[in-house]
Amino acid sequence: MVFTPVLSAHWDESDSFTIEGYTRNRGYEALTKALAMAPDDLIAMVKDSGLRGRGGAGFPTGMKWGFIPQGPEGQGAKPHYLVVNADESEPGTCKDTPFMMANPHALVEGVIIASYAIRASHAFIYVRGEIVHVIRRVQEAVAQAYAAGHLGTDIHGSGYSLDVVVHAGAGAYICGEETALLDSLEGYRGQPRLRPPFPATHGLYACPTVVNNVESIASVPSIVLGGAQWFSSMGTEKSKGYTLYSLSGHVNKPGQYEAPLGITLRQLLDLTGGMRAGRTLKFWTPGGSSTPLLTADHLDVPLDYEGVMAAGSMLGTKALQCFDDTTCVLRAILRWTEFYAHESCGKCTPCREGTYWMVQILERLENGTGTEADIVTLLDTCDNIFGRAFCALADGAVSPIVSGVKYFREEFTQHLTSGGCPFDPVASTVFSGVPA
Amino acid sequence: MADTSSPVVLGLPETTVVPDGIPALTEQTRTEVREIIARYPRSRSALLPMLHLVQSVQGYVSPAGIALCAEELELTKAEVAAVATFYTMYRRKPAGTYHVGVCTNTLCAVLGGDAIFATLKEHTGLTHNETSADGTISLEHLECNAACDYAPVMMVNWEFYDNQTPQSARALVDALQAGNPPAPTRGPSTLSTFTQISRVLAGFNDGLGQQGPTAGTPTLVGLALAKERGDVAPAYPTPADAPETES
Repeated sequence: MVFTPVLSAHWDESDSFTIEGYTRNRGYEALTKALAMAPDDLIAMVKDSGLRGRGGAGFPTGMKWGFIPQGPEGQGAKPHYLVVNADESEPGTCKDTPFMMANPHALVEGVIIASYAIRASHAFIYVRGEIVHVIRRVQEAVAQAYAAGHLGTDIHGSGYSLDVVVHAGAGAYICGEETALLDSLEGYRGQPRLRPPFPATHGLYACPTVVNNVESIASVPSIVLGGAQWFSSMGTEKSKGYTLYSLSGHVNKPGQYEAPLGITLRQLLDLTGGMRAGRTLKFWTPGGSSTPLLTADHLDVPLDYEGVMAAGSMLGTKALQCFDDTTCVLRAILRWTEFYAHESCGKCTPCREGTYWMVQILERLENGTGTEADIVTLLDTCDNIFGRAFCALADGAVSPIVSGVKYFREEFTQHLTSGGCPFDPVASTVFSGVPA
Repeated sequence: MADTSSPVVLGLPETTVVPDGIPALTEQTRTEVREIIARYPRSRSALLPMLHLVQSVQGYVSPAGIALCAEELELTKAEVAAVATFYTMYRRKPAGTYHVGVCTNTLCAVLGGDAIFATLKEHTGLTHNETSADGTISLEHLECNAACDYAPVMMVNWEFYDNQTPQSARALVDALQAGNPPAPTRGPSTLSTFTQISRVLAGFNDGLGQQGPTAGTPTLVGLALAKERGDVAPAYPTPADAPETES
């Protein structure tokens, strides 16, 4: 089986986003099973399943839950919180958004189970603000879950109570970083916190907090229903389970493909009609723009955490943005760099100032007015940014540049010798060849 | 020191003047602000939805809106303004009835977003973050809006208008200006205004979530292909072993 639809299995049913549609397909069965289990057994089950965070970092989800202090003393005595990171904003990443639109109840059920496991009585779903229809669907799913008795006081007579708040963001990529998200949820500017202490002990309101990605949390009901072994029967040795791969760009069939971890881009392209007619793959991101670029030489890299790492990049969010040979790599890198400069929260100097200067240098290089020395300065600037900021935004900002120069240095030089960009931007559009 | 008749006033200068055509914040706004605060364990967490609520009344975050939030949360106006100016969705001038966004992050830009944004700038005479004189539309170029498999993507009032071209974008804007907006590609059957959707962002659901498709075609291609191939996930180990329903 190449594909293993679990999260996406019922998206083609017209009422998949309603509680009726979800319940018809065994929705909320896992909740009943979970509430009959000891919370620690649930944590052990998720640990055993091998589920790793689907938001990009790949940290084992069960382990994160296990870090939450329990018991009547110290931090354990404070309220515990679950915060779902639904602030999907990494360029290229487009999985949680359609997921929440098509099946918000799987997220809600996962929220209840996870909150029960970590002993939280308040959970928040922080959804980016720019996707209003998705927010409606999540709001309505939560309301339906309350009406069905899945949320609120003494859920199904278990003695367990939970309130869930759907919280809309307001436009800031940085809030996808978990500590910035927490500051934002507390009503501040979304700026990352220095760690340690980690959110597990000092998160929301300085209380023990789990922050999990949408897809991670939504995978939990299936693990509860199928068991840890069922989940870990899919995937590779250290990257277990199924996941959503998001194919986009100059491909014939962009979209969401749910498969066990470890599929390759070659497999995906071969099965989906490949790149658009007459064109070849030039570069791609395995998991959003913050993961170093790969090329056609990397088509057989297993798309799991270890495989992509070994190829010099990161699995990230499995956002496979594919660009063909009509695309100027400098233009792509410049635009991403403008994005990071725009989204840098300004807290750390290397990131705030560095991204600004990298835009200036890349503009020169792209329009042909730069020099060879600019390339050296650019890489030197990257060196001075990487690892020198509170959060990973800065590291992400240098990824496309360093990898771009590594694989396409000749194209940088070509811009200098030809005094401008040799590419026709019209040729790379989806409507090239169509009269204006 | 001895003179206490003129206390030092912190924060932004008082601005009570509401510009022409902008509705004033009312006691109902204040009531709803308090409803938002009640959702959270700590009041300040309500600030982002409160600012969305201000926009739902006035179309932007006005000085009066900042003052209201500050008063209700017992913060200074400077503290509220510091937050409001950090987030790009909060507008410092009134948005149009229809706020038009074009994704120009790399993937959409390369696939046509740059051409679309250039076309719309020329067609409307507006630049980035500008509102038309009649208040009908405002224009903005966006960062990635999480719909890359539908590129190039436009958003109107944060609803999806997928797979655009310069021609379709011009037609869309013409329809908005004529007061005849087409339905979003993946959204409700009718397009709400900027102020209406801002209420949803403030947490006041408008009941429109039941409208619209579950998904667009790209969202479903993977599932369709799996079905065509007969690919399924392994069955749960003991389907007959469904847990007994608790009373």
